[in-house]
Parts: sequence; structure tokens; C-alpha cells
Amino acid sequence: MPNKTFFWFFLPTGLAMILFIGLPIISTGIQSFYAQHDQIVKEVKKCDPFGCTVSIVVDNEETSKIREAKPLGKFNGFGTYTDRNHLAVDEIKKFWNETESVSAFIDQVTNLPFYKALIFTLTYCLFVTPNVLLLGFIIALSLNAVARKIRGPLIFGTILPMIVTPLVGSLVLFWMIDSQGIIGANIQNLMNDPYLSLKSSKTLTWITIIIYGIWHHSPFAFVVFYAALQTVPQEPVEAAIIDGASRFQRIKHIVLPHIYPVVTFVALISLMDNFRVFEPIIGFSAEGSAQSLSWLIYDNLVNEEVILFGSAAATSIMTIVGIAILLAPVLIRTWKEFRIAR
Amino acid sequence: MRKILVTLLFLIFGTSAFADCNIKSGSINILANDFPALRTFVETSKQCKGNADFKVTHSSEHNKIAVPALTANPSEFSARIAANSSIVPLMNQDLIRPLDDLVKKYGKGIQDSQLITIDGKVMAVAFMANTQHLYYREDILKDMGIAVPKTYEEVVAASEKIRASGKMQHPYAAAYKAGWNLAEEFVNMFIGHGGEFFKSGSAEPNINNAKGIATLNMLKKLSELSNPDYLTHDSEAIKVEWESGNVALMTLWASRSGTLLDDEGDPNITKATKLAGPATVGGGNIPAATLWWDGFTLAKNRSDADADATFRALAHAASNKKMVADAADQAVWLVEGFVPGPKSIGVIEAVKMKAKPYPMLPQMGLMHGALGSEIVEFLQGKESAEQALKDVEAAYISKAKEQGFL
Repeated sequence: MPNKTFFWFFLPTGLAMILFIGLPIISTGIQSFYAQHDQIVKEVKKCDPFGCTVSIVVDNEETSKIREAKPLGKFNGFGTYTDRNHLAVDEIKKFWNETESVSAFIDQVTNLPFYKALIFTLTYCLFVTPNVLLLGFIIALSLNAVARKIRGPLIFGTILPMIVTPLVGSLVLFWMIDSQGIIGANIQNLMNDPYLSLKSSKTLTWITIIIYGIWHHSPFAFVVFYAALQTVPQEPVEAAIIDGASRFQRIKHIVLPHIYPVVTFVALISLMDNFRVFEPIIGFSAEGSAQSLSWLIYDNLVNEEVILFGSAAATSIMTIVGIAILLAPVLIRTWKEFRIAR
Repeated sequence: MRKILVTLLFLIFGTSAFADCNIKSGSINILANDFPALRTFVETSKQCKGNADFKVTHSSEHNKIAVPALTANPSEFSARIAANSSIVPLMNQDLIRPLDDLVKKYGKGIQDSQLITIDGKVMAVAFMANTQHLYYREDILKDMGIAVPKTYEEVVAASEKIRASGKMQHPYAAAYKAGWNLAEEFVNMFIGHGGEFFKSGSAEPNINNAKGIATLNMLKKLSELSNPDYLTHDSEAIKVEWESGNVALMTLWASRSGTLLDDEGDPNITKATKLAGPATVGGGNIPAATLWWDGFTLAKNRSDADADATFRALAHAASNKKMVADAADQAVWLVEGFVPGPKSIGVIEAVKMKAKPYPMLPQMGLMHGALGSEIVEFLQGKESAEQALKDVEAAYISKAKEQGFL
């Protein structure tokens, strides 16, 4: 396609992307550098059905004057980024000086909300992404090998986890692993421990969410791989069979190299999706044991009666940076291959 | 069956029995939490809507939409049913209007004690009271020869005895779901220990002390006597636990007593379900509970005509003797003419015992939020009480700094 045609072809999408993705990100970025103005409070008498007390309220007249003068708030620079609820620079320095062993230091750091969330998010990505690729590939290969007649229903059954809304899917599993649910009660029986709970143990909650993630995302990998498998040329495969190559050798030397670009694509999308893990945490009511970066943003925006826009914006920007870092190796590689191909 | 009859009677007589408030125009749009008493209240106000537009949103997620919806100009809702805690963000952002003029004009039946005044201005009109108190299974306690617990120490002892007898594995329940619910339990217990959340006259936190540690230790003892999934249990979940007969002692909202004592579920359990006042803790004499009111507020960013119409409709309900007589089971109404029934014992006892109201402070929401996530690891046994309290204070301080309170 000539560049000019491509430009006109891409223009509407590009404009929409700038309007609905680019500008909001810029606005979020600006917001993250601001904090609320100092609250001006005054002492007043408050009366309710249970009696009167003297207590403080925000002085709205004074506050609205400052707000009108500077609607964005107080410029805070990287203040929000470095505070305890985010990168916690000061705290980490302090821990480094105070703690004696590395493990004690790591203990202290992982107790900070941002790092706690980051570790869960990365663990989730590291376990879910490869397993999704592997499982999706195996399912695609096996389905590709079964008789054509039953392939349709099988494919439908396989992509079911993706059709089910994430929240519903996780709720179903949530009830099954309840200490009185079918899985939870059976595990208690099996382990002979009536106090065992999948939901109260941190490790078990993590495992549950990761398994759920693999179950939910595999169909996506499967669908893409299955489509790619249809394009594998038959001649080299037949030639390999004649040469006596085993099934494993055929997959390794012919199929995999052929669908390699697709694998990269699925890995990229999966990584991005998994880094933003959110719904299962809500679905499993796992806020106590597992927090992800996306959950932190959600928590800042809705979970408190006071909305923390600055905090939420800072975490959003850091999530974007995180995704960029994760994707960098794959992107660089793709770029290099693209250059070589030209 | 009874329900259907009541509804039918309501339909037949309801509409004609109430005088129209003669509202000629305006539009009424109410945001409220979702529990039976509030539905009754809003339905009652609807009877007098006259020619005004009437819309209502009942949602348990009301806290999440209130501030954004009322910030818009004109705001989405003309009224918001709020409580001690949820009125604070509205006050902080200056989103609700003083009601003095409207009370003078249309608030004839409203009692003075219902008015929430801040700095001499009426900001809300309360219509019901709520608290968390003890529920117990009379049959189980009698069988085991246990007296009705008055303190949380007795609750622990009684639960341990029930567990030892093999009758129930997890005899105690309370809404310990990580987040708002868990933090609320901490607030109750901390106030029961005589704690103050902030150093006097400032927004500096004041929970990392002996009272805070005693509070956490008591919460931990209770959690060990609860269903192991306690960190995922909200009020609704423990209600279900209770109705399945797995629990003998429970701390739950007074406003839920109606659904526990209705005709649904196992009649033997319903019959044995009894209410008691909130327990005290650590030898204190004020209960480890907070008093709550629910009342209505009007949005500032709405026209005077809408405010007029909304106030008249809501004031009609907030002074409605028939409503409080018909729905005496659903809540402890603060409205004139309310005769407390057996389901109001919890709140009445709490008031008698001089329970404190939930602190109506501008920065309290931040403290509540920090508590909800930072004490979880202590309950899971991963962290010491001191460390947990230190974390709460640190998390609170960062948020309070960002919000300009410190």
C-alpha cells in the first residue's frame, strides 16, 4: 500500500486514538503532578440526634477561593510518585540503612502497598503468560488433529471460558472454592483440616487467581494458534514424514518456525492483558491477599469516600511505564526482524 | 402470604390515604443505599410527588457515585440519602445545600432532634438510626448454660465453649470483609477501648498505641472463632451463615434484623434468634459500636424549584406517622410517633449505654480506607500488631498529605 493511501486509511483511527487514548493519558500525566490544596478547616458545633459536639469541618468559602485561583491543585512534582503509597523512595532508603539482612530488607519493601501490588502483578504475568501460550498451543494442535466432524462443537466448548464474562467466571469459581463449596469442602476433607480455607490463605488465593487467569486466557491463544495452524504448508510436513521425522520433530522444525510471528503477537497481547489484571481480584473478593496495580488505581478512585486523583493518576502512569518495559524486549526484537526483512 | 396481603392493602389504601403534597412542578431524583427501610422511606415520599418527575437509584455502591454525580452542574441527583460517614465527602466538596429555609417553610412535622446542624446550619434531616450489635442463638446458649454475653471477652469465652462442645466449628461471625467492613469493625472496637483516632485538634493519626494493639488482638481472637473465609464475608454473607445455622453469636447491623427475623428460612433458627445490645470491650463502659443516622441531603447544584419539590416529598416521609407505624419492624425511626418494637433493642440499648456516633471528621474517610487494607496481614498472622498499626498510620499520612490535611 502506498504511504499516502495508508495515511488516509489510518486517519480516522488515528484521530480517535488521539482523542480517546492520547489526550486522556496526557491529562492523567498532568494530574499526577498535582496534589490537593491544603485543607482549611474550622471548628464548628455539630448536632445530630445523638447530641452535639465541637468538631472540625472544611471551610468551603476559603477553599473555593483557592480552588478557583488554581483549579488543578497544588503542584507536587514527583511528590506523589515518591511517597510511601507509591515508589516510597525515603522509606526504602531508611529500610536499607536500618535492616541487617537482605531478606529483612525485602520483607520491609514488600510490605509497601505499591511493591506488594507490583509483585503480585508480575507473578501473575510470569505464570499466566507462558502457560497460556503453552496450553493454547497444545489445545490448537490437538484440535487440529481430531476428526473434522466433531471439531466445531469442540472449538465452541474450548472458547467458552473467553465468552463467559470475567466477573461471572470468577464468581462461579469463588463459590466453588468456598469452605462450604464443592471444591473447598472436598479439599478440607482430603487434607483432613476443617480450618483450611482457600480464600484466607495468601498463597492459595494467588494460586487460585493464577489458575483462573490461565483458564480464562487460554482460549484466546488457542483461537489465534488454531487459525495460524491452518496456514502451515502441507508439502514440507509430508516431506518430513517421508524422511521419518517424528511428530515432535515436525512441530519443532516446521510448525513452530512457521507460526513464530503469531506466537510473538499472542505473547505481546497476553502480557499486556495480564499486567492489567483486575476483575478476578474483585470477583474473588481477594483484596486482602492479592492486590494488583490496576486494583490500586480502582481503590484510590472509588474505595474511599475521598477520591485520590493524584495517587490514581501516578499509579496509572507507572502502569503504562511498566507495560512499556515488559514489552520492550519483544518490540525491539520485532523491530530488528522487520529491519532485516527489508 | 402476609407480605402479599400487606402489599395489597398498601396498594388499595395507600394511595388514597395520603394527602397529595400539592407539588406542581420540578423533578426529584434520589440516590440511596439499598436496604428495606430506605426503600420504604423513598416509596413513602413518592406518594406525595404530585406532578413532579420522580426517579430513584437504590444502590449498595452509592458511595462510589455520590461525589461525581453531585459535582456535575446541574447534578444528576437532587437528593442523596446519606449517613454520618457519607455526608462528610459531600461537605468537604461543598456539594449539599443548607436546608434552613425549606425546613421553615415545609418542615412542619419534622422534629428538632432530626435536624443535623453543622455550624448552625441544617445540612441534613435524619429519619432513622442504626448501629452494630450482638445477635445470639437462645437455644444454643441455654443448652450450654451460657449467659448472654455483655462484653467481647465473654463473647470469646462463649464461642470457645461452643466450639469445644463440638456443636459448631465457627460459632462467631461479623462482617470482616477486607476493606470498608473490616475497617468499620476496627473503628467499633477501638472506640470501645476508649481510643481517639486523631491527636486532639489535628489530623495527625493516633492509633499506634496500647489501645490500638488491644483492638487488633481482640479482632484477631474473634476472627479465629469465625469461618476461615471471614476476610471475604460482608453483612450479607454472614446473614446467610446465620440462617444456615452455622453461627451462635454475631455482630451485625440493626437494620438487618428485619431480614433475619422474617418468615423466610428455618423457623427454628428464626425463633431462637435474639437481639442484645452491643458488647463492651477491655473493661470499658461505652459499647464497642458506633451510632449511625441515615438522613437526606439536597444537592447544591440543582435549581431551587427541584430542591423545593424534593424537600417536600422527602419531608413528607420524614414526618410520616403512618410509615413508622407500618414499618416499625424495618428500622429504628427517628420520626415522631415511632414505638420501638423488639427489633429495635440493639439501637436503644446502644443509645442507653452512651455509644458514640461514628466520627464525622473530614479526614476520617482516609483513615477508614487505610485501616481496611493495612490490618489484613496482621489478621492473617503475617505481621505484628505494631507493624500493622505503623503501616496504617504511614498509609494514612501519605494520603492525608496528598489531600492537604497534613
